[in-house]
Amino acid sequence: MSKQMSGAEMVVEALKDQGVRTLFGYPGGAVLPIYDALFQQDFVKHVLVRHEQGAAHAAEGFARSSGKTGVLLVTSGPGATNAITGLTDALMDSIPLVCITGQVPTHLIGSDAFQECDTVGITRHCTKHNYLVRRIEDLPRILHEAFYVASSGRPGPVVIDIPKDVQFAVGTYSAPRNNQHKSYRPQLKGDAGRIAQAMTMMTKAKRPVFYTGGGVINSGPAASTLLRELAALTGFPVTSTLMGLGAFPASNKQWLGMLGMHGTFEANNAMHDCDLMVCIGARFDDRITGRLDAFAPGSKKIHIDIDPSSINKNVKVDLGIIGDVGHVLEDMVRLWRTQSLEANKSALKAWWTQIDIWRARNSLGFRGSEKTIKPQYAIQRLYELTKDRETYITTEVGQHQMWAAQHYHFEEPNRWMTSGGLGTMGYGLPAAIGAQLAHPKALVIDIAGEASIQMCIQEMSTALQYRLPVKIFILNNEYMGMVRQWQELLHGGRYSESYSEALPDFVKLAEAYGGVGIRCSDPAQLDAAIQEMIDSPKAVIFDCLVDKMENCLPMIPSGKAHNEMILPDMDAQMGSVIDEKGKMLV
Amino acid sequence: MNAPTSPPSPYSSAIGKSNVESHTLSVLVDNEPGVLARVVGLFSGRGYNIESLTVAEVAHAEHLSRITIVTSGTPEAIEQIGHQLERLVPVHKVIDLTLVGGAIERELAMVKVQGKGENRVEALRLADAFRARVIDATTQSFVFELTGRSDKIDQFIELMRPIGLVDVSRTGVAAIARGAAAP
Ligand SMILES: Cc1ncc(C[n+]2csc(CCOP(=O)(O)OP(=O)(O)O)c2C)c(N)n1
Ligand SMILES: [Mg+2]
Repeated sequence: MSKQMSGAEMVVEALKDQGVRTLFGYPGGAVLPIYDALFQQDFVKHVLVRHEQGAAHAAEGFARSSGKTGVLLVTSGPGATNAITGLTDALMDSIPLVCITGQVPTHLIGSDAFQECDTVGITRHCTKHNYLVRRIEDLPRILHEAFYVASSGRPGPVVIDIPKDVQFAVGTYSAPRNNQHKSYRPQLKGDAGRIAQAMTMMTKAKRPVFYTGGGVINSGPAASTLLRELAALTGFPVTSTLMGLGAFPASNKQWLGMLGMHGTFEANNAMHDCDLMVCIGARFDDRITGRLDAFAPGSKKIHIDIDPSSINKNVKVDLGIIGDVGHVLEDMVRLWRTQSLEANKSALKAWWTQIDIWRARNSLGFRGSEKTIKPQYAIQRLYELTKDRETYITTEVGQHQMWAAQHYHFEEPNRWMTSGGLGTMGYGLPAAIGAQLAHPKALVIDIAGEASIQMCIQEMSTALQYRLPVKIFILNNEYMGMVRQWQELLHGGRYSESYSEALPDFVKLAEAYGGVGIRCSDPAQLDAAIQEMIDSPKAVIFDCLVDKMENCLPMIPSGKAHNEMILPDMDAQMGSVIDEKGKMLV
Repeated sequence: MNAPTSPPSPYSSAIGKSNVESHTLSVLVDNEPGVLARVVGLFSGRGYNIESLTVAEVAHAEHLSRITIVTSGTPEAIEQIGHQLERLVPVHKVIDLTLVGGAIERELAMVKVQGKGENRVEALRLADAFRARVIDATTQSFVFELTGRSDKIDQFIELMRPIGLVDVSRTGVAAIARGAAAP
């Protein structure tokens, strides 16, 4: 199928051919031809955000909740630079995005023209790949290639920078073909010999643990199903990173909860004491490992990852398996079944006894209150009142994010969207908008902090324009709570600039945008207020006034090992646990 | 708990910096705009060293270039550099020629020497010993052209310094594996 058309029309045609129905964007001089082409069709629905950062996060939320590639369209110069945070976020969390940027006409490139910036130069470090399209002949191929690159292998953001003259130029459009890049071919199948070796290690293990991550989600729903099967066959305990929550059901008795800096006592101790760690689609990030030289000291490690550079990057493993976790898990499940493999049952029984002792510490426990709403309690109630619905949770960044990860429990993949790698305040609201567009009938809640929410609050306007009933559930502690907690921990409780002064009245703010505002400060009224939020057909800002000084625990302080956690009952000694070396870390 | 007290995790390139090695990487890339910036940006962005870098198109019809990079780091760091390079979409292949072993490495240098009388004679004598060619001469100066391993060129330059070394231009290392096989 070859047709003559303008570059701008090719962009829209390619979006159609790639099955893109939702596009987040913001217009400007350098993308006007594309906006004109969009105007003349109704296959691709354009969602007008209020800031290009919002477009990128919305595309991320759309992608993460649907498994599809998120697409955004922004103008040159400030449009492109505003999108940078979202692109970097997507790179860190391996989210497939295609970002189309306008550029000044080719003959003006390099002349410091109005709204010119070196978009491919600036985005080289925060994209998986990027293109400057200099000739109309290259445009169809690049458009299709971008979708292939963004979504295959380890997913990531791809920028296509299109000068305005190329948008006007007329050329021949061609539909996508099978091989979408001449040389980029990520390895999907794991090496059979290595998988066999892994199976032997697994049958011999006495204290095994599955350490799973966002890669299981990225691989698609089948990978989550296979993970559940493998866990059932082996009887091994399962923990997950922040990014992987939902791949394994929280209600399953083999679930240890999240691991890492704010992970559970049982998950972190199981990691520390295991003799076999099977890492599936996670990357040994510093929030997970804690002190590297004390990380799981007595363990053999297997690492399954689609990105060869993730293997042996931070932690040396004994057996690396390069491949898509879905494919590798499929092989593992099949081998375990067909060869009737068996785990070391008696050793496992002892291991579970130990794990149950750790569990009994109830590391997520907190002291309740009848006077003030404890933030953990608020999340627990939110969970109880929404768990039977199709609910998607996004978050901002801070204590509320960690409390959400700890106390909201996920049964399915793709239901949890949070900025893990970059830790971007401002992510949650636009991401919720993206998720709501992907799932119009679902309940979508952004669990927010009063500081973070102000970073992309303008997207309320987007939510109202498209009648998206997203719920913003603010755990308002009047502090940049996570900053305050670290200042308590590291800087003698000198709360330098972490108090949220001059907060807006969030109820009035919601109303000003045309949404609904709800405030609650009384634990006794919390359920009714949450119910009111759920029942509202509109976008809601819920201002939940919580305990101002609550710390997010348990916690592995920077520079400490997995078995050196601060537990809730040690809260009083917060100021004295980190040594000088730990203070240097983040 | 009763965790076995075996030695701590053996690996961290950040911790053990003692065993730094120099490796020559041969990187086959699509010859497209920005590809060199990607490779160089990767090295600066991740804090890797570049000791020498050469780049030129090697297959015109296929639009392929070869970038030869001499880098240094621990074996783990160098393995990581290879994988990071492979992640770049226009990179086709990364070969660690030092690991492959026995690769031929060559560099070309042009060395300008100024001097009179005895010094000119000495410069020509040394050039002859190093199989350097005179490619420019005036009554006061020579420009020598010399190819060889980098250490040979280093040595030649050091010998020329007291005689009247004025300027040096070097290409950086180009390298290729020995034998019949295409790597
Ligand atoms: C864009 C950005 N700037 C700064 C930070 C550093 N930071 C991490 S958490 C945090 C405080 C967040 O406060 P709030 O949204 O109220 O959440 P809380 O911790 O109180 O739940 C800050 C400033 C960040 N993560 N992102
Ligand atoms: Mg706060």
